[in-house]
Amino acid sequence: MTTRTATGAEVSITGLTVGYGGEPVLHGINLDMKPGEIVAVLGANGAGKSTLLRTLAGLVRPTAGTIDLFRSDITGLRTEDRARRGLALVPDGQSVVAELSVDENLRLGALWRHRGPARARAIGRVYELFEPLDRRRSSAGHQLSGGERQMLAIGRALVAEPTLLAVDEPSLGLAPRVVADLMAVLRDASARTGLTILLAEQNVTSALSIADRGVVLSLGRIVADAPAETLSNDAALRHAYLGF
Amino acid sequence: MNRIAPALTGTRRTIVFGAVLTVLAIAGTFGLDPYRNFQLATIVAYFCAVAGLTLLVGLTGQLSLGHAALMAVGGYAYALTANLATDWGLDGVPRFLLGMLGALVVSTVHGLLLGLAGARLQGPYLAGVTLAIAIALPAVTAQFSGVLGGDQGLQIAYEGVPEIFSRLIVVEQWHAWVSILIAGVVVTALAAVRRSALGLKMRAVRDDETAARLSGVPAARVKVIAFTLSSVAAGAGGAALCFVTQSISPGAYTLAFSLLLVVAAVVGGLGSIGGAALGAALIVLLPWLVGTVTDAFEMSADLEQRLSGNLGLLVFGGLLIVVMLARPGGLASIGLRRGRGRTAPPRSPSPFGPAASAAAPTDSPADEADTDRTGVKEVAVHVPTERER
Repeated sequence: MTTRTATGAEVSITGLTVGYGGEPVLHGINLDMKPGEIVAVLGANGAGKSTLLRTLAGLVRPTAGTIDLFRSDITGLRTEDRARRGLALVPDGQSVVAELSVDENLRLGALWRHRGPARARAIGRVYELFEPLDRRRSSAGHQLSGGERQMLAIGRALVAEPTLLAVDEPSLGLAPRVVADLMAVLRDASARTGLTILLAEQNVTSALSIADRGVVLSLGRIVADAPAETLSNDAALRHAYLGF
Repeated sequence: MNRIAPALTGTRRTIVFGAVLTVLAIAGTFGLDPYRNFQLATIVAYFCAVAGLTLLVGLTGQLSLGHAALMAVGGYAYALTANLATDWGLDGVPRFLLGMLGALVVSTVHGLLLGLAGARLQGPYLAGVTLAIAIALPAVTAQFSGVLGGDQGLQIAYEGVPEIFSRLIVVEQWHAWVSILIAGVVVTALAAVRRSALGLKMRAVRDDETAARLSGVPAARVKVIAFTLSSVAAGAGGAALCFVTQSISPGAYTLAFSLLLVVAAVVGGLGSIGGAALGAALIVLLPWLVGTVTDAFEMSADLEQRLSGNLGLLVFGGLLIVVMLARPGGLASIGLRRGRGRTAPPRSPSPFGPAASAAAPTDSPADEADTDRTGVKEVAVHVPTERER
């Protein structure tokens, strides 16, 4: 994917507290991301990974704290306006629009960013990236396999050439081979375009294989924030929070 | 259409196709007697409203149970403006155009306000609001009977055949022409929207609002626009009906009629413009057909009285059930493709292939494929499409 976004997003999350009424799910999260950085958010079920990503995308409103993108506060923006600032979320569950075809899903993703031939080229680049999708252009989203759906979900986010890509559990329910391919695509996209990636995963090994840094969430708090290599090698930490 | 004019693409093709159908329909009026022309004018007026409804329900998934009331809004606005024009000494075409302008403006504002309220509501709650509009209509006309004429409604001045056509056609045919022209403009516009980027956004919002918003689609705004467009289409239909019948009264736009419009959209095929045409024709022709059939049987006056009016509804209900069981895609999906159902049709090869993308015009290949899902052409006229060749 050649790109016109020269640099990835600079993100700064400060004191982010989120609750669905009752006990908060996230407690005062602080997280900074440098342009082009891949940060893995690790943690068990219910640690608050999805909530963190959904709050980042504006699907959930925080009770306190701010989110800065390129040093401007986006905490009050709606989801669709955040998308237009270059923030793309791929929610968990292989989120594709089931009734639309592969091609329409990609066009939908590209609508606000590209017009005319540029849109066709951007979609063409996604097909180059994910060859199985190329063969299924006219298939409806609900006809795809799990792996294809995840490719389409990520492709729909990438086609708009975001500066920050948040991906929620891309490995869920997919074969290890497919997961490895997806991770490679994410790593390459970041390397080539400077895309900043926030990757929430339970699959610690595959997430750390491409991440520069990992943060470990436990019960809504960041309990560790270290380079990926350190996390992989810290047996005590791994054992305490990551279960291996 | 593809074979006849392969160079035509996208919106331009929709417009040309709409224009051709409009001209054909107008030509067709010469083959009908005055009463059939009156029926045709009515069908075409309903067609506007059902097409607007099918866009709303089929494309954005918003249900309106008050589209008859939205027709009435257009009808009343037309009558009031036309009567005002009469007072100013206008008649004929200028009065008609002014009346249409009034109907469109009022329908737009009304639809926008309702849409803004509706965009905050989901599913049954929006349906509830539109239901309230349908129920409130008689009360509103009674409350403002000085302006709206209460139960009696409003009459407008007789619209005769313009001078230049007066030797050629009778008044019923003229009314059919006007109705067809209104529908031609309104429905072509809806068809163009349906296959545009806005249409894609509408379908995305219907299927997965979160995914649509994550892709930068302002879901609330798309819903408001859809409701407004639908309201304008219904209003134009009401205005056409007012023009044809030269009157408007709340009794003609009951809740039952609103529901009948929904049934017409569903039986025809949700989201399909051709289906909307079939549905509109059914609303008008079915009671008449049923009446013709029952007239052929000997029966007691008592039974005949009980059947009249009710039997048509019964047949309509039965048809709805049968169509839903046999063809959930509606009548429009019959005879198109086998096993179409939820499956997207095959596309023209490689819309964005390396060779194609260099020369591809902005709206051509992908949009073209888009219409094929439930395009007008396949239903209204059986022109072979790409995959049938």
